[in-house]
Amino acid sequence: MPTFILKDSARENKIFYSRVVIAWLLMLLGLLIIVARLIFLQVTEYEHFDTLSEKNRIKILPLPPARGLIYDRNGVLLADNRVSYSLEIIPERVEELDFTLAELGKIITIEEDDIERFKKQLHKFHSSKGVPLRHRLTEEEMARLSVQKHHFPEMNITGNLSRHYPLGATGVHAIGYVGRINEQELKTIDKSEYLGSNYIGKVGIEKYYEKELHGTTGFQHAETNVRGRIVRILERSPPVPGKNLYLNIDITLQKYAESLIAKERAAVVAIEPSSGGVLALVSTPSYDPNLFVNGIDFKTYNGLRDSPDRPLINRAIRGQYPPGSTVKAFVGLAGLEYGVRSSHSRTWCRGWFSLKGQKHRYRDWKKTGHGSVNFSQSLEQSCDVYFYSLAHDLGVDRLHKFMNRFSFGKRTGIDITGEVSGLMPSREWKRRVLGKLWYPGETIIVGIGQGFMLATPLQLAVATATLSNRGQFKQPRVVFAMDDAKFNEMNVVPPSIKETVTLKADYYWNVAIAGMKAVVHGRRGTARKVAIGSKYRFAGKTGTAQVIKIKQSESYNARRLAKKFHDHALFIAFAPLKNPRIAIAVIVENGGGGSKTAAPIAKKILDYYLLQGSVSETK
Amino acid sequence: MQISWHNNSFLHLDYPLLFGLLLLFAIGLLTLYSAGGQNLDLIFRQILRFLVGFGILLLLAQIRTQKIVSFVPWVYMFGILLLLLVLIMGESTNGSQRWINLGLFRFQPSEIMKLAVPLMVAWYLTSKPLPPTSWRLLVALTIIFIPVFLVIKQPDLGTSLLIAASGMFVLLLAGLSWRTIFGFISLTVLSTPILWHYVLHEYQRERIRILLNPERDPAGAGYHIIQSKIAIGSGGFSGKGWLNGTQSHLQFLPERSTDFIFAVYSEELGLLGVLVLLAIYFFVLSRGMYIALKAQDSFARLLAGSLTLTVFVYIFVNMGMVSGLLPVVGLPLPLISYGGTSLVTLMAGFGLIMAIHTHRRLLSD
Repeated sequence: MPTFILKDSARENKIFYSRVVIAWLLMLLGLLIIVARLIFLQVTEYEHFDTLSEKNRIKILPLPPARGLIYDRNGVLLADNRVSYSLEIIPERVEELDFTLAELGKIITIEEDDIERFKKQLHKFHSSKGVPLRHRLTEEEMARLSVQKHHFPEMNITGNLSRHYPLGATGVHAIGYVGRINEQELKTIDKSEYLGSNYIGKVGIEKYYEKELHGTTGFQHAETNVRGRIVRILERSPPVPGKNLYLNIDITLQKYAESLIAKERAAVVAIEPSSGGVLALVSTPSYDPNLFVNGIDFKTYNGLRDSPDRPLINRAIRGQYPPGSTVKAFVGLAGLEYGVRSSHSRTWCRGWFSLKGQKHRYRDWKKTGHGSVNFSQSLEQSCDVYFYSLAHDLGVDRLHKFMNRFSFGKRTGIDITGEVSGLMPSREWKRRVLGKLWYPGETIIVGIGQGFMLATPLQLAVATATLSNRGQFKQPRVVFAMDDAKFNEMNVVPPSIKETVTLKADYYWNVAIAGMKAVVHGRRGTARKVAIGSKYRFAGKTGTAQVIKIKQSESYNARRLAKKFHDHALFIAFAPLKNPRIAIAVIVENGGGGSKTAAPIAKKILDYYLLQGSVSETK
Repeated sequence: MQISWHNNSFLHLDYPLLFGLLLLFAIGLLTLYSAGGQNLDLIFRQILRFLVGFGILLLLAQIRTQKIVSFVPWVYMFGILLLLLVLIMGESTNGSQRWINLGLFRFQPSEIMKLAVPLMVAWYLTSKPLPPTSWRLLVALTIIFIPVFLVIKQPDLGTSLLIAASGMFVLLLAGLSWRTIFGFISLTVLSTPILWHYVLHEYQRERIRILLNPERDPAGAGYHIIQSKIAIGSGGFSGKGWLNGTQSHLQFLPERSTDFIFAVYSEELGLLGVLVLLAIYFFVLSRGMYIALKAQDSFARLLAGSLTLTVFVYIFVNMGMVSGLLPVVGLPLPLISYGGTSLVTLMAGFGLIMAIHTHRRLLSD
């Protein structure tokens, strides 16, 4: 190698110098390209990337509010929040899912349903977030799991506030329950408000007062790393807890009423006439709302759903029954109001009624008839013929209009969702809905609460309360007051007067009430047996509603009929006569006669409420 | 005519270049301290590597360039042999075979070729007058592409690219005619479809697709580029401040200590910091070119020039890929990125450059 000899020719030098300059310029150009790129990223697009960086950095985490508690009118806790422990599986840590599930199944009970629900939810979560496998772990299960915890890195036990109903099935049809938010509900709610919430009111008070009970979700802005771990909290707006609700319901009365009809398919609604406050709202059979809170298993649910006794139906507000003779006081008032009858007008009852020129006999419940009866007497004895003839004279449209004012055929506006309106027929209704003409014969049976007419137990109780109030209609209210944990004060929900039923003469009320009083206290009262030895005076009306049509030639014989074709037993009442404190409607499905089955139940409830002093008047 | 040696009587070091290198390394340590989560252990290990590299630099700088010339073919042959060994019995990490386990430490033979190829090409070309003839050009290309091919096979696209570049730079500086250069460039462009289908591995094709559209896999392969662009962009003009980069500290940015450390630097020190860093790099590169210009024989000037240009390729490709201009090929940022082998190779290269400059004979009247 010619190492020490300078062999560079001038040409080689020249080429090399030019190449070095070009290479140097190329490097400069390259670095300038980088500078240009950096200017683009850091200056031109700065806002864009800064936003992205903040989005990476800051996660907004919801702080779910504690759901408001529910108390009865005496402060007995009806719904609270308890810490319940759930077993979660973190998918990204699972090696072999079926193996994990099988192994966990050896430690605690994991039902097929749990696994099915788990697998459904599995893909809805990010794989680093725990998916619940079992809810409501018992203490024993917790202990067993914690011993085995190191074998299951994919396992996580979390404590959540879970809704709990300490009294179980008591009052469930009024209180309702909460459950996990389903997809339909997701479409209607403000999602940002429910980011951290597991539950939403499904029925009853829990649903109607969802907004108040739920509270307001708080948020915290947290700096999180790439795995979602919180590094520090930047900003925090605390949640506002839901309001606590105080119900008008007296839970001891409710419980007592439930115990009386526990074995029946029945409903009781008791209302305080002065306020419209619902003292008891019973529908049996009942069910345990706690089953629904964290998702009911299919077997239990199907059992409840398919039971012939329909425990899930709230009979008090959704059961529609022919009200039978319980409507007679109201029909009678219509007669006075429209001047079709006077309080002294008498009707001759010979055991049946028929329209002129027609053979069909509308039979009285008493074959021999009641003889000559006025309004009060026909109430006392529950004479059908008086009301057949009265209804015929009134016509269905006037009847419809008058009964509507007592809330028959329309919703009472109670603060529980799902109330149905019953049916108070009219000619217009039949034409619109059935597309048929109204026959005069159909008016006649509406006079005794049969035929097309349907009413809910709630409507009967509200109408009775209105009557006992001499026309003052108070909207039924389950919630008495709500308090604000934040301001530590209680806001009473004021009773609302929806409409006052005013009659042409105020004494009409006296006539109707006198008739109803005679039902229990009168010599010939249909329910006189229940008032024997009563420590107070009250007013009532029996009702027996036919479930099937009895042919003209036949007579009703309970023993020959299957239970489900037995008559419904009804009774409405209020007490005391002056300044009534309670109005009540009782219905026992297929219970037979109102006087025999429903009236004694009602009387016991009245006794319990009025005599045992279980209720403190003021809170 | 009197011949005397360059006046670095005690240690043969080029102090301007050394100053630039130390400055870069200091910046690197500060960035690494932030990127590594203030892990001092990481810093000590990096310093240790630097010291090893510096030792080699010191050693090479003391040897007169002309003395190493005779070893060049042997070094090259030895490197080829090792590459073959790697392919036959190398250890694989991340699906590619790059390492030879020497018991005490693992060793990446492709690193040797980054120096051996420019040395060999320069040696070969300067054995006859320049510019090279077509025949000699062909031989030179063969010298370059045998190791490039072997490294591609490992597969390691980034390193093979650098080896190819370092050899080609020698050709460029040796006076390869522009016609040949442009011919070669057009040939490369035309052969792109063939390269795409037959030479590139699927994962390499995917990297290029992702460069063109990172959103096609935002959680997977595109994630690197997306997060790195966010880090750089959100740094803005003056940066978020040292140790305050959220993209890096909250671990959104992957490989933040190694290949993507430039994103950490840009996020925390902003455009201003980037300009300072680029200025230092430009100073180092310019010094390298100046040394090439002042070198006194063809071999030395070709070597100094091509090694400097290779350093530039490192810088350009790394910054280009981190800022989303180039596909992710996995090259570290010289003297800044955490990592051993390439740091040692780089220091060795700078050692050769220093040797060229400090062993000049001063010509005086």
